[in-house]
Parts: sequence; structure tokens; C-alpha cells
Amino acid sequence: MPRPMTMAEKILAAHADLAETHPGQLVECDVDIVLANDITAPIAIQVVEDLGAEGVFDEGKVVLVPDHYAPNKDIKSAEQTKRMRDFAHACHVAHYWEQGRAGIEHALLPEQGVVVPGDLVIGADSHTCTYGALGAFSTGVGSTDAGVAMATGRAWFRVPETSRFHLTGSLPEGVSGKDVILSIIGTIGVDGALYQSMEFSGPAVAELSMDDRLTISNMAIEAGAKAGIFEVDDVTRAYLEGRAERPWTEFHPDRDAVYAATYEIDISKIEPTVAWPHLPSNTKPVAESREVAIDQAVIGSCTNGRMSDMRAAAEVLKGRQVAPGVRCIVIPATQAVWRQCVDEGLMDVFVEAGCAVSTPTCGPCLGGYMGILAEGERAVSSTNRNFVGRMGSPASEVYLASPAVCAASAVAGHLALPKDLAPAASPKTDPATAKELA
Amino acid sequence: MNIHGKAFRYGRDVNTDVIIPARYLNTSDAKELAAHAMEDLDPGFVAAVEPGDVVVAEENFGCGSSREHAPVALKAAGVGAVIAKSYARIFYRNAIDMGLAILEAPEAVDGIRAGDIVSVDTSTGEIVDETTGETFHAEPFPPFITEIIEAGGLVERTRRQLAAQREA
Repeated sequence: MPRPMTMAEKILAAHADLAETHPGQLVECDVDIVLANDITAPIAIQVVEDLGAEGVFDEGKVVLVPDHYAPNKDIKSAEQTKRMRDFAHACHVAHYWEQGRAGIEHALLPEQGVVVPGDLVIGADSHTCTYGALGAFSTGVGSTDAGVAMATGRAWFRVPETSRFHLTGSLPEGVSGKDVILSIIGTIGVDGALYQSMEFSGPAVAELSMDDRLTISNMAIEAGAKAGIFEVDDVTRAYLEGRAERPWTEFHPDRDAVYAATYEIDISKIEPTVAWPHLPSNTKPVAESREVAIDQAVIGSCTNGRMSDMRAAAEVLKGRQVAPGVRCIVIPATQAVWRQCVDEGLMDVFVEAGCAVSTPTCGPCLGGYMGILAEGERAVSSTNRNFVGRMGSPASEVYLASPAVCAASAVAGHLALPKDLAPAASPKTDPATAKELA
Repeated sequence: MNIHGKAFRYGRDVNTDVIIPARYLNTSDAKELAAHAMEDLDPGFVAAVEPGDVVVAEENFGCGSSREHAPVALKAAGVGAVIAKSYARIFYRNAIDMGLAILEAPEAVDGIRAGDIVSVDTSTGEIVDETTGETFHAEPFPPFITEIIEAGGLVERTRRQLAAQREA
């Protein structure tokens, strides 16, 4: 009998062709997916070429997404996306999407069914941990690790210790997955799960939508974690239906698996939360942050640019106006989300409210383009990091919050909850749509 | 490998966004990246850093994005070694892959002051603050990591492995 194992230990064992693994063990594994984007792929491609490899190890398992500075923000970015595009075509990479069909990688891959439960995924992007929501072991690496894996299909890992986050209760009205993960990071700190796998379990998980889970796993890196994994359940299976590209394997933790720590979290006590500058762990309730005036709100990113995020923002913005002097930038994370926003009438809501709606891109989240902050400016953002200079000037500030709070703040002109706002104006055009949204 | 230079001293959670801001990530040219190393944390860093200098910091150095540009920028700016109390895992791995000496030595971090002259022997893990005369020890690398560093980084090690496989 193998030793009792956590999900991370089981998935790594399966990919190292071992019966069991234990924390601290160094293992060499076959990977299911290797991912890179327009910033990290050029270096990885150089590595593949330097290795003298003849193309990629498997055309179906290498994934390249133009999203960070795409559509190209300048000539240098254009050279980087071109390098990636040329390589993708030359190596017959199956999972390459052109601008206009693509989206932000960590929203796109789950949506397109590219990652399935039980996968071992590495990506040259720190938010690769997002796919833990699907029951995969998925982690960010540098371009060199990604390049070697593109050539060989293999990577080495130190088996991480696992901390268990046992979630009970149910989400209060107006509280989302973003508030859950901000609250957890606020409790354990930005290195609270350093080198560890975070395993999310407990009766409350069944109530969390896949979008909420993706948001929670996405920010595991903000607690220093190597992975953030949810157990596969009926919600996962329903999400995968008609979407998964491949059959999958479910790995469930053993009852007597050993955890570095166990955190009991009653999610019914979580409030809408905001992370103040300049660390994601610097959290406060939104209700105690209303004095913070803002210049910009950003609704989007791999953290919160999915359909439920767009709906949450639109529900607040419907029949309301972005405050004078505030820019509200809405960025649906993928082309499919963008299209769905059109179909559901959300684009009308955003445009009528005075939002600037962008094509999918990581853009402002990392201070790239499409919403850079000037010195002294403040943004509330549904993104994932609020480090010094993250969204522009080193003398600007970023406050992290849920899409609903970002939308309410855009209307109020300062950090606010949706319930703080005056009642929305009656819809001008289509009452049926308004009802549907409310 | 011996490293010798003056110490730059920083706090905890030095993240990759301040090591190399994303606004410069439209290139992977090491020299261009080096020109902006540490810009948002210490604007005077690039002008002051000399080959062999040592960056000394508290916990969780290199947290945030997976950008390999961060260790590349530090190394190309002249940084000979980083000494910290702990590292974010992706940065730690990237630094080794890039051949940037990276040591975990909490006592050295507490003992070394900004501007002190420091020497580091990466083969023994010995760190000497020549200004104060104090000696500290870092955990030596396991053989597995030494193999990567001796090969000059992960790419060279893998290139050798692939060549050996082709011959077999």
C-alpha cells in the first residue's frame, strides 16, 4: 500500500511513474501541458533552439497564447508575438490562437477544455496555478524550464508540502471567490503557503461555482504557493461536459494524508474585501475603506475576467453611470466571453454606463498598456497584484477587489459596496434584459 | 566560484515587479533589462552597482510574477549573488536555471549592513563580511543543483543530456 497522499502528491507520483511521493522528494515528471505567452515564449523558444531540439515534443501539448502585450502595444511587442507565432506555425503547435480568437491564457485554457483533471501542467506565467480549480497540479515556472519541457516533455519538481483549507458555511450575498482568496491571503500572508500546495476542501466547496474556484486557485501564488488545488466534484464534471478535449483522471486526497497545516475557514463570515497597496495580504473590509477616492476601475484579468465576473459588474452598472473623473475599463478575458457579453446585452450596459471596453488582453494588470496609471493616481482593480508600480507609475496605487466592488466603486468614485449606491435608473430600452440581469 | 563586492540591503517581499517592471518586458535583451534593474524600489541601484556586488534581503525575495527577466536583469546588472532569508519558489528556480548564485542565510542577512564588503564562496556556502570580520554559512546546494550550476545552467545540462541520448 502506498503512503496516504494529498492530491499534489498523487498527481506528481502518477506523472513520475512512482507508487508514491513524499514532501521534499525531487522527482522528474512527464508533463501534460507546457504553456507560454508572448512575454515568456520568446526566451523559451530560444532555449528550444539552443538545445538543438527538432521542434516540440508533442504538437498537442505545447500551448502558446498571445495575451500580455497583444494586440501588440509597440514594435518590440510585435516582434515578440511574431516570434511566438512563427514558432507555433513552424512546429505545428495545435493550441495557438490568433488575436481575435484568443484571450487571457488562464481564462482561455479552462474555457476551451485544454486542461483536464489530473493533468500536470507547467506554464511560464506565475498564474498557471489557476488550473488547480479543475483538479490539476499546475504551476508557474520560468521560460527556461518551459523551454526545456517544450523540447523534452519533462520537468523536475520538488514535491511540496500541502496545507489544507477546509471551507465550511456558505457565501453571503455580495461575497465572491475573490473575497475568499483575498481574505485567506490576508490571514496567512504573501508567503503563508510558500513552496506549498494549497488544497481546498470541505462542504462549502460544492457551493462554489467553477468561476469562483478558478479565481481562488489563480491567486494561490499570491500566498507564495506552488499550486492551489480543488477536489473534482459534480460542479467540475458539469463544467467539463462538452468542453474537455481529453478523458481525465480524478485524484482525491486520502483521508489520512499528512498536511503541513489545516485552516478551518467559515466562508459565511467573509466580507467583501479589498487589498490595500502594496501587497495582496494588506486586506481590509470594503466597508472600512470607503474613504479611498479612485481615478480608475479595472474589471478583467485572468483572476476576474470570466462571464460571471462580467455579469456581476453589469448588475451593478445597469442603469448607473461611472462617476465624473473616473475611468472604468472593462476587459472580457476571452473572445468567447466578449461575444457572450454582446449576446446578453452586457456591452450595452457597459457602454451606456460610460465604460471603456477593451478586446481581451492582460494589458493594465501588469502595467503594460490599456489603462496605465499616472503619478499619484489610484485604481481599484479586479486583478491580482498591487505591488509598487504594478499598474504604472511607481507613485500610483492599486486596490484589489471583486468585480462587483470595482463596478460599485467606479460609480461612487471611491471604494464602495453595491448596496451603498443610489437605486439604478429605470432601463431606457429593454426591461426584459434588465430583469434578467437583476 | 567566489564572489566579492559591496552589499545592497533591502527588506522583505522584494517582488519581481520592482526587480524589473513589466513595462520593460517587451524585450528579453539582458543589457536592456539590466538598465532598469530594481528601478521601482531603488532608482539609484543601476548607477551604483558594480560587478560582484551582493543583494541582501529579508524574507520572500522574488515573489510575484514568473518572469525569468528578473534574475537575468540582476545578473546582467553585475549582481554576483543574492543572499536572503527565504525566496519565492519560482524566482529561486529561475535564478539557478540562469546561473545566478542564490543563498539562503538568515544570520548573514541580519549581520550584513548596506555597503559592507562581502565575499561568498558558493562551493562551501561560506559568506564573509569583510567589513566586520563576521563569517556566516549558507546551506550548500544538493548534488542535483550543483550539476545544473556546474553545467552553466539548465539549458547546457539538458543539451548535454540530449546529446548523450542521441549517441546511445
